Amino acid sequence: MRSLPIPLLAALLAASPALTQTAVRAQADTLAQVRARGHLVCGVSGGVAGFSMPDGQGRWHGLDVDFCRALAAAIFDDPDAVRFIPQSSAARFTALQSGEIDVLARNTTWTLSRDTAAMNFPVITFFDGQGFLVRKSLAITAVKQLDRATICLQQGTTTELNTADWFRTRGLSYQVVTFANSEQTLGAYESGRCDAYSTDKSSLYGERLKTAHPEAHVILEEAISKEPFAPGVRQGDDAWRDLVAWTHYAMIDAEEAGISQANVDRLRGETLSPDVKRILGLEGRYGQGLGLTGDWAYRIVHHVGNYGDVFARNLGDGTPLKIPRGLNALWTNGGLHYGPPIR
Amino acid sequence: MTIVRETLLPPAPPPRRTGGPVGWLRTNLFSGPGNTLTTLVILAGLALLLPPVFRFLVTDAVWSGGAGEACRPEVAGRPVGACWAFIGAKINYLVYGSYPAAERWRPNLFFGLVALSAVWMLWLDAPRRGLGAVFVFLVGPLLSYGLLAGTPVLALAPVATSLWGGILVTLVVSLVGIVAALPLGILLALGRRSDLPVLRYACIGFIEFWRGVPLITVLFMANVMLPLFLPGDLTVDRLVRPLVGIALFASAYMAEVVRGGLQAIPAGQGRAALALGLTRVQALRLVILPQALKVVVPGIVNTLIGLFKDTTLVSIVGIADFIRVLEAARADPRWSAPTIPATAYAFAALFYLAVCFSMARYAAFIERRLAAGERGRA
Repeated sequence: MRSLPIPLLAALLAASPALTQTAVRAQADTLAQVRARGHLVCGVSGGVAGFSMPDGQGRWHGLDVDFCRALAAAIFDDPDAVRFIPQSSAARFTALQSGEIDVLARNTTWTLSRDTAAMNFPVITFFDGQGFLVRKSLAITAVKQLDRATICLQQGTTTELNTADWFRTRGLSYQVVTFANSEQTLGAYESGRCDAYSTDKSSLYGERLKTAHPEAHVILEEAISKEPFAPGVRQGDDAWRDLVAWTHYAMIDAEEAGISQANVDRLRGETLSPDVKRILGLEGRYGQGLGLTGDWAYRIVHHVGNYGDVFARNLGDGTPLKIPRGLNALWTNGGLHYGPPIR
Repeated sequence: MTIVRETLLPPAPPPRRTGGPVGWLRTNLFSGPGNTLTTLVILAGLALLLPPVFRFLVTDAVWSGGAGEACRPEVAGRPVGACWAFIGAKINYLVYGSYPAAERWRPNLFFGLVALSAVWMLWLDAPRRGLGAVFVFLVGPLLSYGLLAGTPVLALAPVATSLWGGILVTLVVSLVGIVAALPLGILLALGRRSDLPVLRYACIGFIEFWRGVPLITVLFMANVMLPLFLPGDLTVDRLVRPLVGIALFASAYMAEVVRGGLQAIPAGQGRAALALGLTRVQALRLVILPQALKVVVPGIVNTLIGLFKDTTLVSIVGIADFIRVLEAARADPRWSAPTIPATAYAFAALFYLAVCFSMARYAAFIERRLAAGERGRA
């Protein structure tokens, strides 16, 4: 009847090799750790339409998910060598710092304070901004027409501050009604409690689909804030940071060079363009600088696709979301995605 | 003076019927103005509530369809209630999470093991119940762990706990809590009443500590902070960490419930047992504990039901439990229709209701059975 159980339990846990595993400490060489482990561990949001969500069989899909798959493809030549761990917004930074995840691809907005305090943001993978959902019947085309409007927002998000800033600087009046979660906010908007529903534009497309008549609502073109979504990595590992950044650039450069998942294998055999040859690793040994093989970018495009493929598959016309490329088009098409040359 | 009645009494009215349906209604539902009013108010409330609920869950529900479109009123051509087609499309994810499809027989076998253990332990006339206890508290957990996580001993491929999800994880978390909390709680309760001061204060400290912190804090510490503190290159699996937290947390509550039962047993019982020549352990095992546990069956079941529902908190720390996977599943834009969120929550409510209600009914049955002695005396 001695109170053995607690220390005993702890000792058992510490001693049992099955329950413990060698980790994954913060600093050090992330790429070497990932290689040794045999798979990448990727923190995702777990339940944001188009960015990370599981299908009926538990397989993950989305822009953030495909980014992690691209990273895994570049390292292991296997887009499935990755584990996805859903992170709450509260725990995500600690999870990265503690080494529980290798990369945080969780539609996280890159801000100065986050960059200096907690982590590094190697590259912007999606340009978002706070937008407005309004009824088509109101015939509103610009945010400034929402003068004296009632706006539904979710509590405790930066949308409240953004809205206040935007309207105040323009001397417009507005009324805000806030709700605890997105269901309530959308419900209030639908019931006519508000004239507009405001949150990140990328979410508004998903929210609109949940309304009874999606075609009766429009999302205003304009965005009133900058929300650059970027993957996060730990500070102090420049090689890993480079690898994460160039995984995205490879997808951008591939799209710009006209290399897609559909034609990459054909192009590899017959291309004469030195640009394409460099990207696909037929000329030069550019992957070595990243600690990878020469065909690293080929692996990414072959297994996951270029940025356009990934966008279309998860957010664009191939999905019910039908989010336009907008700022997320290539720079050659008036967007912001600009990949440094692979050379 | 004579006291003799000269005339017959007028015949008394027949006794009010107490038998039959009418009589039952009269005595039970309409026995007085207060009772009648209460009955009417409750009936009116039910009449107001039940038909819409039934309509939503059954009559207007959409039972099949390949995408969320099927659950839109303009497509279905009628008002649409629950979209069970959505649950049908996502059921594998809701039950197993991301557990590899080829290995799903393992969770299935685990569910079977759980059912077998439950029957063995809960069916009072089952054969070899002593063996059943060993199985449930010792062999079962080890076997389940080997089965689900994979082990070379059984020649099973490892499946990382980050792939587990849904009802599987909810069951694992609650069962670990329940299986660990009962014995740990009993030991702690006994320790708290021990004559040995060190042991007593250790138990008091332990119980008061775990009762003093919210479960969500425990989980947060386990999953987010612990890796920062752990020395060296050692981390404990991220599902095991909250499991240990929940087990310790639940055992502290269980200890107090059991202590309540121990205090209800008169001291004379123990003394009498010792006087009969039983050892202290025998007195505890044969005389005190059986009576004490009987008294606190409602409290124990209450704690277990609370524990079962509290396990949803693990979703906050990134464990894909049933509620978490439900939330993730309904983010699918292919399955976005106005009633999808309500359907998801209705499904969760039915699941939790079914499990908790069965626990409560079983407890009621046990209470009736254990109370047979008192009935005879009264």
